[in-house]
Amino acid sequence: MSEVIRVEGLTKTYPLSKGSTPLVAVDGIDFSVQEGEVFGFLGPNGAGKTTTIRMLTGLSRPTSGRAVLLGLDLSRDMARIKKRIGVVPETSNLYDELTAFDNLIFAMQLYGVPRSERKRRAEALLERFRLSEKRNTLFAKLSRGMKRALTIAAALAHQPPLVFLDEPTTGLDVMSARNLRQTIARLRDEGVTVFLTTHYLEEAERLCDRIAIIVKGRIVALDSVSNLKSNAQSAGTVTVEITFSDGESGVETRRVEAQDVETAIQTALAQANGRQMVSINTLRPSLEDVFVKLTGLKAEVMLVEKGGKGGGNAGG
Amino acid sequence: MLVDDLRGMFYIALKDLRAYYFKPPNISWGILFPFAFILAFAIRNPGDLRSLVPGLLALTVLFGTSSMEAIVIVFERRIGSLERLLLAPIRLPALLAGKLLGGMTFGLTVTLAVLLIALSIFGGTETNWLMMALALLLSATAFSSLGAFVSVAVREVFEAQTLANFIRFPMMFLGGVFVSVDSLPAWLQVIARLLPLTYSVEALRAALTGGRWETVWLDLGFLAIFSLCLYSLAEYTLARRLD
Repeated sequence: MSEVIRVEGLTKTYPLSKGSTPLVAVDGIDFSVQEGEVFGFLGPNGAGKTTTIRMLTGLSRPTSGRAVLLGLDLSRDMARIKKRIGVVPETSNLYDELTAFDNLIFAMQLYGVPRSERKRRAEALLERFRLSEKRNTLFAKLSRGMKRALTIAAALAHQPPLVFLDEPTTGLDVMSARNLRQTIARLRDEGVTVFLTTHYLEEAERLCDRIAIIVKGRIVALDSVSNLKSNAQSAGTVTVEITFSDGESGVETRRVEAQDVETAIQTALAQANGRQMVSINTLRPSLEDVFVKLTGLKAEVMLVEKGGKGGGNAGG
Repeated sequence: MLVDDLRGMFYIALKDLRAYYFKPPNISWGILFPFAFILAFAIRNPGDLRSLVPGLLALTVLFGTSSMEAIVIVFERRIGSLERLLLAPIRLPALLAGKLLGGMTFGLTVTLAVLLIALSIFGGTETNWLMMALALLLSATAFSSLGAFVSVAVREVFEAQTLANFIRFPMMFLGGVFVSVDSLPAWLQVIARLLPLTYSVEALRAALTGGRWETVWLDLGFLAIFSLCLYSLAEYTLARRLD
């Protein structure tokens, strides 16, 4: 597997007002993304996720640092990089005045997809995203989930080997979010490298091969989900959950924490008092536990939606 | 690279024309507005209607190109779709040129319609067509650049209309559309000489009345300079606005 993204010391600072110290949005991050993986950027709002995507896609100039995408240097070859990446911004930003079909055609025109290919690909994308019936519907008239789907379709229309998705499921209903996760999983199956940002722990856990946790512009952890979890576990405690039957009156569930599994079970059994044990589970730490442990932040910070930025208003 | 830029420019213009320009409200604004003004003036001062034709044409180019152009970029920036163009493999000057081309195409189409109407009424035996083509083209470039500059200079859509009118209306009264620049007080003449519309009206008048190239070159040259300056200013402002 080869490296699709390599980032070294990438930094973005914004001057606030004259005299004051500049705001550091992204603070010297390093990471690399391998070909074909789904790489997640997880962090609370304002952590620097979008700024990172904006720098890697040429919308914003890094203050310092270096990035190589698809073997091309960001500072020198942006025009060539742009041809080979697909970007799905946080808001579905296709043209209200054009139909679903025409939006896809325009996306391909911009990227120089040959005329003979455009129509066929547009039909195929509509089919794939279950939008064939909406072919001639204006973008403005589509539901939020459909808009999202079409925006992703437009980003894939020039068949880029690397796709950036900024908060793909934010503000979507349950069904649309589920469809979208399937789409992302399918992209991985097709060998497309996916870089996504999210502030949903569960989403990162389900979709991503590896996760970078970013807080206040810095990467505080970077590993596969299972490694992040086992690291959290080895350093911490074990939790065992035991359910007892109380005869007529039902069940009682107890959680016991200890240094190791054996002690935890023995402690739990000592609390049985002759009742029958119905089930016993060792609880692995969730990504949420990992997150709380690594960042010192409560997991709830991830649920705070951006204020004043129309669109995202769904809960976690 | 150049191929990407040219292709992008063409499709951006085409998309803008389809999505924004050739829509009823814009068409009526582009055509009716100059007609209404000229009609009002003609009713007040019936006389040589023929002498109003160059002004009518210049106004039509001005409003036809700049009305929508002044809104397009700020509108797309507000709703986020400008980002799509910025992400595409097209350099910023070409992106802006695509926007310009949309405004120019619409403005020139509308003006051509007005020109045909005017010529069918007043006849056009004296018309110098090459001069006319150059005058219209350079006027459209200058006014489209003006519109683009307005669009990148403001932050809200409604501000664009305000700023555009703040520039266009004084031009309309000082630029020789209704009254010739020579009849203005000296200090107003100085201001008039700073306005692109003045040169547009002069060049168009010369083209319609078989004027001499010696004087028209100067008008065309000024329109070209205005175009270049306004376009550069628009590009510089847009580049700074991003990031």
